[in-house]
Amino acid sequence: MKKMQLSYKYINLMITVVLFFALFAAGSVLYNGFFSTQVLLNMLIDNAFLIITAIGMTFVLIIGGIDISVGSVIALVCMLSAYLLEIQHLSAIIVIPLMLLMGFLFGLVQGSFIHFFTIQPFIVTLAGMFLARGLCYVISIDTIMITNPFYQFVATYRIPLPFGNFISISVIIALVLVLAALYLSNYTKFGRAVYAIGGNAQSAMLMGLPVGRTKVLVYGLSGFCSALSGVVFSFYMLSGYGLHAMGLEMDAIASAVIGGTPLTGGVGFVTGTLFGVLIQGVIQTLIMFQGTLSSWWTKIAVAFLLCLFIVLQRIVVFRKERTKSIS
Amino acid sequence: MMEKIQSIWNRFTSSRLCWPLAALFFVLLFNFFFTKDFFTIEMKDGHFYGVTIDVLNRAAPLMLLAIGMTLVIATKGIDISVGSMIAISGAVAASLIGGKLEYVDGVKTLVTLVPMPVAIFTALLVTTLLGMWNGLLISKVGIQPIVATLILLVAGRGIAQLITQGQIITVYYKPFQFIGTGYIFGLPFSLFIVGLVFGITFYAVRKTALGMFIESIGINAVASRFAGINVSKYIFSAYAFSGLCAGLAGLIICSNVSSADGNNAGLFIELDAILAVSLGGNSLDGGRFSLVGSLIGALVIQSITTTIYALGVPPEITLVVKSVVVIVICLLQSANFRKIVFSKWAQKRGIPGEKNAAKL
Repeated sequence: MKKMQLSYKYINLMITVVLFFALFAAGSVLYNGFFSTQVLLNMLIDNAFLIITAIGMTFVLIIGGIDISVGSVIALVCMLSAYLLEIQHLSAIIVIPLMLLMGFLFGLVQGSFIHFFTIQPFIVTLAGMFLARGLCYVISIDTIMITNPFYQFVATYRIPLPFGNFISISVIIALVLVLAALYLSNYTKFGRAVYAIGGNAQSAMLMGLPVGRTKVLVYGLSGFCSALSGVVFSFYMLSGYGLHAMGLEMDAIASAVIGGTPLTGGVGFVTGTLFGVLIQGVIQTLIMFQGTLSSWWTKIAVAFLLCLFIVLQRIVVFRKERTKSIS
Repeated sequence: MMEKIQSIWNRFTSSRLCWPLAALFFVLLFNFFFTKDFFTIEMKDGHFYGVTIDVLNRAAPLMLLAIGMTLVIATKGIDISVGSMIAISGAVAASLIGGKLEYVDGVKTLVTLVPMPVAIFTALLVTTLLGMWNGLLISKVGIQPIVATLILLVAGRGIAQLITQGQIITVYYKPFQFIGTGYIFGLPFSLFIVGLVFGITFYAVRKTALGMFIESIGINAVASRFAGINVSKYIFSAYAFSGLCAGLAGLIICSNVSSADGNNAGLFIELDAILAVSLGGNSLDGGRFSLVGSLIGALVIQSITTTIYALGVPPEITLVVKSVVVIVICLLQSANFRKIVFSKWAQKRGIPGEKNAAKL
């Protein structure tokens, strides 16, 4: 019986991983030059910011909440750092920690509203989304290009790997964060508290877990991740613009869901999220290699996958309930 | 006499429409003092012109969405795909009508690809079907509303782009433009659409048992099922109806700007619609609802937007103002917040906090 439950928990994750490799294999068979390490690495380079955001989102989803402000926070971080670097001529060493702190505080405030005033997470982060997007336009309506030498260096620097492959610094940041998140979710008190609260907040409280603190901190973590993602995104785009990262929150949620984190809370995998992002990356790359399909097919394909996984999760839950009632 | 006024006042303040009306009143009061010619209405070419008319006209799509969203939220759901459905509806209508210039009997006329009623019917049918898809996922498969509608939110803009082939389709066909820009009896035609939809919905939910069923589902779906209400049927219908409303709103928006833009038509309007419902005094937890409140909420949002334009403040600030409004309204609706703030306030005045909080 225990073995069964274990497999239920991991079934989505397994399907995601298998699907990723299947899609990659299909691409390798269909297109010349698809099967190379660099194509795989490019997926990481192009989606580093999405990985970072999606990890923060995973924690929020595990605790049973939602954070739709992440895309706007990324835009705000890009805009504000462009403003501080270019107009105020501050150094990158000051700007980057400042941005990360701002993101963390933004998340903490949202979390406090959600926890202390028991307002729905969707509404609080909706307000946060409006606020961050609006503040972008308060700073500037036009694009601000970033010409700061440090940013330019990070944006163009490629870390060479064996066999002529390379990755960007953003990828290193993203992968370090993945490892940190893995440690945090699996080997710390905080991680266990997050899972417990997501499973059942009431029992978590009765067990003496710090529900309020954990909840607020998780939103803080998500804010921090979006800020970090914003910094990485500003390396990637080298500009600040109010329309940056439009709709990214939905991509992040989709990645987590495809990676086996249901929106009901209590369950979720950082590794799954990583593969959730990579599946979107494979689809993008496939469409790029195909050449004639337009980029909006990515959206449709992602939505289709999302639908498939959600229905699948539902079926798993149904079957679990049935076996439970039989036993 | 005093007592009578007192009792009317009490009835008003205890009414659910009190807060939305107060919000609208304050926005209008602000405009009365600070915006020039806000309340001036002129007659030009047989139409009424003025800022207030403009607010009503521009609020029309939002009001339509708010009507559909109210019913969805009343069933304890949410529909975040309405913005995408607007884009799809506009794309379907615009691509079916087209904008070809042809010479008919030597006169240059715009010819539609298919007759306009067919195009409109198809657009509404498509969005209603999409609404049904949402309803099916939620009521039959049992997926959370926000997740189920998320699918369409992600895919919808892609579908709209697919229909328009990635282009922005312009429509110059006069009868179609009438939907968003035309006037009847000196008033914008879109208002009549809102009036009609509102009238039918209001009749259906308040003069039949439908409204009560929806409220009971929102309060406790399981209990409602045991009471013999066909819960999944009503939830399904609510989403289908929301789709229909989104389709109508899409037609108005598309016709108003004479083009269908798959990327930007109705962008973020789902958030405005949810905000309108919430501003209208409706709880996002479902249950009791007020259609009139949602309409007032939609008007408040549009008035704020128009005020910001009229004051010459950069329109981008609208988002900041909106976010502040959302936060304030949510805080006022939150029982915990009122308890914390008002009990302190009450303690200062020497009133037992608990009692006062309970009354609030």
